[in-house]
Amino acid sequence: MHSSGQTLNGSEIFFECLRRENVEYIFGYPGGSLLKVYETLHDVKDIHHILVRHEQGATHMAEGYARATGKPGVVLVTSGPGATNTVTGIANAYMDSSPMVVFTGQVPSSLIGNDAFQEADIVGITRPITKHNFLVKDVRELAITIRKAFFLATTGRPGPVLVDMPKDILNSSCVFDFPETVDIRGFKPTFKCHINQVEKAAQKIAKAKRPLLYIGGGVISAEASEELRTLAIQQNIPVTMTLQGLGAFPGNHPLSMGMLGMHGTYWSNQAVNKCDLLIAVGARFDDRVTGKVDTFAPQAYKIHNDIDPTNVDKNIKVDLPIVGDAKNFLATLLEVMPENKENREPWLAEINAWRVQCPLTYSSEDDSLRTEFVIDEVSRQTSGNAVVVTDVGQHQMWTSQFYTFINPRSIITSGGLGTMGFGLPAAIGAAFGIKDRPVVLFCGDGGFMMNVQELVTAVHNKMPVKIFLINNSFLGMVRQWQELFHQEKYSFTDLGDSNPDFVKVAEAFGCKALKADNPESARLAITEALAYNDGPILVDFRVVKKDMVFPMVPAGGSISDMLLARLNPKTMV
Amino acid sequence: MKHIISVLVENKFGSLNRVAAMFSARGFNLESISIGETEDTEISRMTIVTRGEDQIISQVLKQLNRLVDTIKVTDLTRQPHVERELLLMTLKLSKTVQHEIFELITVFKGKVVDIKQKSITIEVIGSPDKINTTIDIFRPYGIKELARSGAVAIHRGE
Repeated sequence: MHSSGQTLNGSEIFFECLRRENVEYIFGYPGGSLLKVYETLHDVKDIHHILVRHEQGATHMAEGYARATGKPGVVLVTSGPGATNTVTGIANAYMDSSPMVVFTGQVPSSLIGNDAFQEADIVGITRPITKHNFLVKDVRELAITIRKAFFLATTGRPGPVLVDMPKDILNSSCVFDFPETVDIRGFKPTFKCHINQVEKAAQKIAKAKRPLLYIGGGVISAEASEELRTLAIQQNIPVTMTLQGLGAFPGNHPLSMGMLGMHGTYWSNQAVNKCDLLIAVGARFDDRVTGKVDTFAPQAYKIHNDIDPTNVDKNIKVDLPIVGDAKNFLATLLEVMPENKENREPWLAEINAWRVQCPLTYSSEDDSLRTEFVIDEVSRQTSGNAVVVTDVGQHQMWTSQFYTFINPRSIITSGGLGTMGFGLPAAIGAAFGIKDRPVVLFCGDGGFMMNVQELVTAVHNKMPVKIFLINNSFLGMVRQWQELFHQEKYSFTDLGDSNPDFVKVAEAFGCKALKADNPESARLAITEALAYNDGPILVDFRVVKKDMVFPMVPAGGSISDMLLARLNPKTMV
Repeated sequence: MKHIISVLVENKFGSLNRVAAMFSARGFNLESISIGETEDTEISRMTIVTRGEDQIISQVLKQLNRLVDTIKVTDLTRQPHVERELLLMTLKLSKTVQHEIFELITVFKGKVVDIKQKSITIEVIGSPDKINTTIDIFRPYGIKELARSGAVAIHRGE
């Protein structure tokens, strides 16, 4: 380790700063404008560089790592195409508020703007999808810029930050000075909630007859699950969660209601409709949650706690906005909360009646294999203790319904942007961060092909990711919308004729692979996959084509428009 | 309703772009935007004129605040403030209307900044409303070219 006061070149400064930010892994890919960095990296032993096979893979891996650990994910890519390939991953991290720092090489300062070889204005391109970004114009600014980038990525509402580093900056030298503290006058997030507002919230909660906690990913990023659990149990308040909030409250607790929204549970959506008090914490009233905003929680007094003031009153006008950190909010609330005197049993009984009326079910009448069964079985065999990564589509929604998430940081999924291709690299990234729990990926056959190249990264690094390929030979969610809303015109969603043999694909990459096409073989394959830890293992689950995810609130619809069709008699709660 | 918002930003490349891009990305109306250095050379002041209902304006203010390069955001609309815009306008000039044009320039407290055989360039300073009126009144005489600075505004002193 070099110390402050030494003269170092830009590349050495880069690694010194990363060391001081406690970076364990860099997900990266070399290239022309980064040659000096990779020269220095050759002798760096304490920071592990993971070579990906596509820069998009690097960004999703960094995000998977970040979401699993809470630490910022770090990406290193070259200029031009290297940089533009990160765009989807950055946008994904921005929408889902994941801490990430992306370093891009850039052509030499003197060539910027000249349409130089491998030049792209990545700062311009990523301005609307980063929390902030920087172009380093002087090597003396490099250390402070990196310090600011990590500070911004991890403080307040987390998000991606990009640092663009021209080649000449990385080659030139200056006296290294690492600033211990950083102060950005335009960035002062409100951490502490206003006490008067919290007290008002406490009074509202104390008097509510039908309160409901609506919990988002903010509770997980603020590490506030413990406070949430205490509050919900002490006050006897049921908890519904967003896709990103799953695991914030244990899914096996009687007060847990699972997910709300478009594919949320019937009882969650009914409870939103009927509650007299809605307490939103670290959630942003996304359109997939609210449906038609005019009819969302029509009877409820709405409290909204969020670290980002722009989330307040954006989609839904609330009665009591409380800007601040979710942990601070819940902890303060617990301090000022009077003892629970309201009898909430009638409310909980009402919810239970909805639960019994329309449970989550799936057909098991024939011997065909269903996604819901696979997820249910994995949930059972892992006792809800896995880190579950998903791709995007039907399997993702079924995961929210049939995997019982017990702990926070257990679901890693592309919620906001809905990025197909996210799953595989994100699972690999999560596996770098988490060694003591199984990392399980549910991925459709469509999304799997979008970043299939990262199978190499998993094999090469012997990452024990369980790749559960939900193969229905269809773009299932698009198919579902085509069936329900587009006259059953299955336009370009049938992949059956063109899909490769996924077992052979996996084997060609050096990945162990199994196949299952009925419940019994699936059960055995899951057991085998969970026991295998010498590297990745893929199971090609040949599931039925035509299943649809229910319940479903059509886009822009109200709770009353909820579709419950194709529910089968077997009851799974 | 029209709002005039004053924003102090870091005087760095890209600050204007970040603000303008945020308006277009979120579909906010942007009537005018002007920017210049302040007494502190590290800080620029932007004056933004926008239109929208209260809920939209509240989002505009929050989204502006959220940008890392913005230091202070003030909605001047309901506070005592001074608001000025500069108009530069070249008009067709002919003997028959020359007299009327000069009279109108006096009425609008404008100045002649350039005069040629067949054209005259004038400057007028005032609130954007006054500038709108000025343009309307001069239009019949034949406007060859015009440029508006966009509004700049500042709090009234105590």
